[in-house]
Amino acid sequence: MAGWIVLGIVVAVVLWAIVSYNSLVGLRNQVKNAWHQIDVQLKRRYDLIPNLVEVVKGYMSFEQETLQKVIQARNMAMQAQGPRAQAEAEGMLTGALKSLFALVESYPDLKANQNASRLQEELTSTENKIAFARQFYNDSVMSYNNTIQMFPSNLIAGSFQFTVAEFFQVPEAEKAPVKVSLR
Amino acid sequence: MAANKRRSVLLLGTVAGLLVVLGAVTGEAVTPNGWPIGLAFAGVAAVIIGLLSYFQGSAIVLAASGAKPVSRDAEPQLHNIVEEMAIAAGLPVPAVYLIEDSAPNAFATGRDPRHAAITVTRGLLDKLNREELQGVIGHEMSHIRNLDIRFSMMVAILVGSIVLFCDLVLRSFRFGRMGRDRRGALPFLLLAVLLSIVAPLFAMLLQMAISRRREFLADASSVQLTRNPLGLANALAKIAGDPEPLEAANRATQHLYIVNPVKVFGMNASNLMSTHPPTEARINILRSMA
Repeated sequence: MAGWIVLGIVVAVVLWAIVSYNSLVGLRNQVKNAWHQIDVQLKRRYDLIPNLVEVVKGYMSFEQETLQKVIQARNMAMQAQGPRAQAEAEGMLTGALKSLFALVESYPDLKANQNASRLQEELTSTENKIAFARQFYNDSVMSYNNTIQMFPSNLIAGSFQFTVAEFFQVPEAEKAPVKVSLR
Repeated sequence: MAANKRRSVLLLGTVAGLLVVLGAVTGEAVTPNGWPIGLAFAGVAAVIIGLLSYFQGSAIVLAASGAKPVSRDAEPQLHNIVEEMAIAAGLPVPAVYLIEDSAPNAFATGRDPRHAAITVTRGLLDKLNREELQGVIGHEMSHIRNLDIRFSMMVAILVGSIVLFCDLVLRSFRFGRMGRDRRGALPFLLLAVLLSIVAPLFAMLLQMAISRRREFLADASSVQLTRNPLGLANALAKIAGDPEPLEAANRATQHLYIVNPVKVFGMNASNLMSTHPPTEARINILRSMA
C-alpha cells in the first residue's frame, strides 16, 4: 500500500515537472516570436517611408528639412548596430515621422491626395503595430519571467537554465513630446 | 476565465437537458410509452445540433447576419486595425466581415482563435473615428482571446434551434391530431405545451445572464490591449445613442453584438431580459479608468 502511494507521488511529481518544463519552453518561444514580430513591423516601416516621401515631396517644397530628417533617421535606423543604438535610432525616426504627420495636416491639397492618405494610414498603422508588438513582447516577457521566478516553477527553471528575459524600454528620446514648428 | 468556462458548460448542459426532457414529454404525449422514442430523437437532435453548431456555427451565424467577407483593398483601415489588435493580443489575424447596414455595431464569432471572424457594420465604419474603431475591435479581439466566441456561437445556434423546436411542438399541438384520441395523454400534453413555452424563455434567460458578465470582461481586456479607455467609451456612447435598428440581428444572435442591437426594452435595459449590461454602466467604468 505504502509503495503504491510513494509511486503515485513520484509519478505526479514527474508529470508536473514535464508540464512545467513544456510551458516554460512555450513561454520562451513566445518571447522570441514576439521579438521577431517587432522586427517585421520595423522592416515594413523602412519600406514604406521612401514611398511616402516621394508622394509628399511635390506638395511640401518648403519642408525639405523635415523630409531630409525623416530619410536620414530611416537610414540611420537601418544601419544601427546593437539593441541600444537601434532603439535610439528608431526613437528618432518615430519623432521625425510624427512631425511629418503633424505638418501634413496643414496641407489641404496633400490631405486630399488619395495616395498620400493611403500611405499615411499604412504608416500610422505600422507605427501602432510596432507599439503593440512591443507591448505584447513586454507582456510575454512578464509572464515568462514570472514563471521563472515564482515558486515552484522556479525549481524547474533553475535546473534547466531558463534565464530571465529583458523588457523593451522606451528610449528617452521617444518620451519627449513632439515639437512642430509651423512657419 | 475558469469560472467563465464552467458556466459555459453549465449552460450548454442545461440547454441540451431541456431539449431531451422536452423530447421525452412530447413522445409520451403522442403515444403511450412513447417517451423513449421522443428521448432518443431529442438526444440525437441535441448531438447533431451540438456538432453542427461547433463546426458550422460561425458560417451559419455569419450567413444569418448577412455578413460578407471584405478585402484588404476595399477597407484598408479596418484590416489594419484588426491586424493591430491581433498583434497586441498575440493572436492570428481573424477573417474580416462586413454587414451593409447603416446601424453601427460589431461582433466576433468562430470556434477558436484560428477559426475566428470579426464582423462590423458599414455604419460602424462611417460613424466612428480610428481610435473608437480600435476600441471596438479590441473588445471583439478579447472575446476571441477569452474563447467567448465559441460559446456564444453555440448558444446562438442552440437557442435558435430550441426556439424553433418548441415552436414546432406548439404548432403541431394546435393544428395536428396528436394525442387527441387518448385520455391518459392529457397531462403529458399539457406538460409538453408548458415546457414548449417555458424552455425558450429559460434558455434565453441563461443566455443573457452569462453574456452580461462577458461584456464587462471584454471591455476591460480591450483597454488592456489599446491602453485607451476613452476610445471604447466614446464608441459605446455612439453605438448606443444611434437611433437606427440593425435589421440583420434577431433574438438568437443579439448577445453576440458589442451593444444589444434589438431595441425592445429601451435604453435602461437593466432587467433580467437584457443580454448586455446597461451601456451607461459600461461607459462609466471605462471613463473611470482614464
